Amino acid sequence: MSTEVPSRSTPDASDLSPSSAAETKKYKVIGTRPIRHDGADKVTGKARYTSDVLLPNMAYGALVRSPYAHARIVSIDTSEAEAMPGVLATMTSADLPDPWDKVENLGEGCINYAHLSGNVLARGKALYKGHAVAAVCATNAHLAEEAAAKIKVEYEPLPAVTWVLDAMKEDAPLLHDNLVTQALGEESARPSNIGAHIHFEQGDLEAGWAAADVIVEREFKTSSIHQGYIEPHVSIAMWNEDGRLKIWTGTQGSFVVRQQMAELLKIPVSQVLVIPCEIGGGFGGKIAVYEQPVAAVLSRKCGRPVKIAMRRDEVFEATGPTPGSYMRVKLGATKDGKLTAGEAWLAYDAGAFPGGVIGPGCMCVFSCYDIPNAVVDGYDVVANKPKVQAYRAPGSTHAAFACESVIDELALELKIDPLDFRLKNAVQEGSRRVDGPVYPRIGLIETLEAVRDSQHWNSPLEGPNRGRGIACGFWFNAGLQSSVTAAVNPDGTVSMSEGSTDIGGTRASIAMQLAETLGIAATDVQPQVVDTDSIGYTDVTGGSRVTFATGLAAYQAGLDIQKQMVRRAAELWECDVDQVTVEDGVYRYGDAALSFKELAVKLNNAGDPIVGRASVSPQVSTNAFGAHIVDVEVDPETGKVTILRYTAVQDAGKAIHPSYVEGQMQGGAAQGIGWALNEEYFYDDEGVMRNASFLDYRIPTAFDLPMIETIIVEVPNPDHPYGVRGVGEVPIVPPPAALAIAIHRATGCRMHELPMSPPHVWRAMQDR
Amino acid sequence: MTPVKKHVTTKINGESVEFLCEPRQSLLEVLRDDLALTGCKEGCNNGNCGACTVVLNGRPVNSCLVLAVEAADASIETVEGIAEQGHLDPVQQCFLEGAALQCGICTPGFIVAAKALLDKNPDPTEAEIRFSLAGNLCRCTGYDKIIRAVQAAAQARLAAQQSS
Repeated sequence: MSTEVPSRSTPDASDLSPSSAAETKKYKVIGTRPIRHDGADKVTGKARYTSDVLLPNMAYGALVRSPYAHARIVSIDTSEAEAMPGVLATMTSADLPDPWDKVENLGEGCINYAHLSGNVLARGKALYKGHAVAAVCATNAHLAEEAAAKIKVEYEPLPAVTWVLDAMKEDAPLLHDNLVTQALGEESARPSNIGAHIHFEQGDLEAGWAAADVIVEREFKTSSIHQGYIEPHVSIAMWNEDGRLKIWTGTQGSFVVRQQMAELLKIPVSQVLVIPCEIGGGFGGKIAVYEQPVAAVLSRKCGRPVKIAMRRDEVFEATGPTPGSYMRVKLGATKDGKLTAGEAWLAYDAGAFPGGVIGPGCMCVFSCYDIPNAVVDGYDVVANKPKVQAYRAPGSTHAAFACESVIDELALELKIDPLDFRLKNAVQEGSRRVDGPVYPRIGLIETLEAVRDSQHWNSPLEGPNRGRGIACGFWFNAGLQSSVTAAVNPDGTVSMSEGSTDIGGTRASIAMQLAETLGIAATDVQPQVVDTDSIGYTDVTGGSRVTFATGLAAYQAGLDIQKQMVRRAAELWECDVDQVTVEDGVYRYGDAALSFKELAVKLNNAGDPIVGRASVSPQVSTNAFGAHIVDVEVDPETGKVTILRYTAVQDAGKAIHPSYVEGQMQGGAAQGIGWALNEEYFYDDEGVMRNASFLDYRIPTAFDLPMIETIIVEVPNPDHPYGVRGVGEVPIVPPPAALAIAIHRATGCRMHELPMSPPHVWRAMQDR
Repeated sequence: MTPVKKHVTTKINGESVEFLCEPRQSLLEVLRDDLALTGCKEGCNNGNCGACTVVLNGRPVNSCLVLAVEAADASIETVEGIAEQGHLDPVQQCFLEGAALQCGICTPGFIVAAKALLDKNPDPTEAEIRFSLAGNLCRCTGYDKIIRAVQAAAQARLAAQQSS
């Protein structure tokens, strides 16, 4: 497998040319930067998001939420609300069917329907501040809010616990009376807040420590973080008199919403139609349902479509987040710089229900390094916080903060350049990850070499209070199921339908792969994201899987079209099928030659229309790696960290649309920077989040960040015809560690806790 | 009890508009739900995200923080009024060409705020652009391509001015 030279992506927005000469040689469409197909809709305000949908006779719902982090629900009285003019219906968890204890994989993690139902509306106990306990709908949204305030809920407050280590204590308040710890196929005897204990090992750990000349062990803490999508959760449900339930929603997976609705409401999937609207960001947080089942039941009760839109404080207090964590990582190496042993002990909170993101955390913690002897223990712990959801490389960022920080300390102890140390121990084809899988062809070494050769890495950084850091990151990337259909139009263009909701430009990256396959222009494919009645099953837009797996389906649908076109061309030219050749979209037989478009026009006048289809379920990870370089300056007076320069380097396998690959790298880096430097759920002693607004939970603004340089490395993925690897998730992983290391270089302080906000950095500087 | 509605006359995107609203309704709510101008978005409803940015009497404002009754006799420009006669504004065109959007929910607010900036300051520095757009949150892009798109739009506008 050849490795293309890393191409420095152009920083000039006006340059729309292919990103390197090597790409133009091989591909006509892939590697170019066409304007996205849905772009004009989005810059003019015409694109339709869920909250833009206004249905006739629509009612508006509002939720009643627990003011306590943990409380028994003694009674709920809806009578006063129901008596208000304009109020149409109320509901509580009693209006949802008794949930079944069934676990299903939704693509970015498993879900237990009993827990999901209990999260949608509390059963018996409210488990976190903001937990929904009742709902109401009325003829307008203000009235619904007023009516919600009239629903009387009597609570018996209980002690709450929000920090993961506190929740693990023997005497901690128990969230669930029946939660026992699953560990290696066994269940614990008595209930606790620990839902699962995960254990991985390889090699002989004691022998590994014995072989080490230097050993470093450190502990780390991180706070809960929200995905922070700008569009709050909004849904509309219309439950028709014929039993059919229609849902309009912005979701990462319309089929996954269909499945959840069917299971929670105990109706057949065929009775549910999900119409995906444009989605205003998700990052893992828009997979599980929240308000959709509530809107559905209210709609059935009142006979109208019901819209429920969350407020921003509801989004913070009841959706997302990613876990708070406590981690201990210990690594040993020989004096010539080979890692010999590693041990990690990770505890992630799962929020109010078990099943957080500790699993991938355990798999990712040592994923970048070849460590022959390693043990990882992980704990999934419930706490009085919103149910944890996936957030971009779920679990990996925490683990990388810990592991990369220790890698850096170890390198300095050994007096080896930290980049050389990483290169010496980087995983490559054949390396075994601690949880078992052996890597196929991967590009971590090429990524680190691109760092080494980069202008940023080789530029001087001078001045007081300044420092440079580097860190690596990994994400598996998923395959899962995808479906694509494509119809050839009379003018030789192609209308393509896909089931993957487009969260950041994938209409373009999928359409481009179909166009490349057919030898036509990207603009000659018209992509559409369609509803669950109009396409085959398609898994979530998550796991960095869409450009890879749905792209694979588009490629195969293209081959299907091409096969039909060849057969029809053979009929036209009265020759055998194998006498027709196709190259670059030109069909030939003898001296006759027709472009795809010319042939399509001819064929449209006779015979059956040409429709291609493909469905795929690749069972592989595409294994992507990144490394980030950051220069900072720390204000010695305030502890504020200013980023002077930032470069993200990543193996994309093959960048289909380089601008959107860069965009993923830049956006992921920005989220990681926010996580590293400022974002946190700030809980008081009562378990109440005290910063549930964008004012107080401050995500990075344009003024907080510099330009984010990108270097795309292309080590083709052997499991994809164009070499695509997923790119979306990796770039959030390195920033906290890279920034912690940069802050160390600037101040001499090792930061072991996120966020590294001014008070924390200032305190560390006082203590040094 | 439903409050008494107020009658408001105002100008939106150059056209005279009348509407009835409750005193508690925000301009954002009336624009979206009553006038079907859904291009301005609600991200927070308390003035922190900028997705609802419109230009009110020449100044960019968060329409969620303006009461609809305050819009009486004003002049309002929304994202729907930015493209003229079937042609995208340079800001819109540069956002498209520079891939300065991902999910797109913040995009209308950025377009309105960026155009308002360039109308006032035709050749801003990078720092001025970043400062002016700091009230508009984007969670997808990391802002890099947005800033570059605004820079490109400034250059395109200056070039168009020079050639005319």
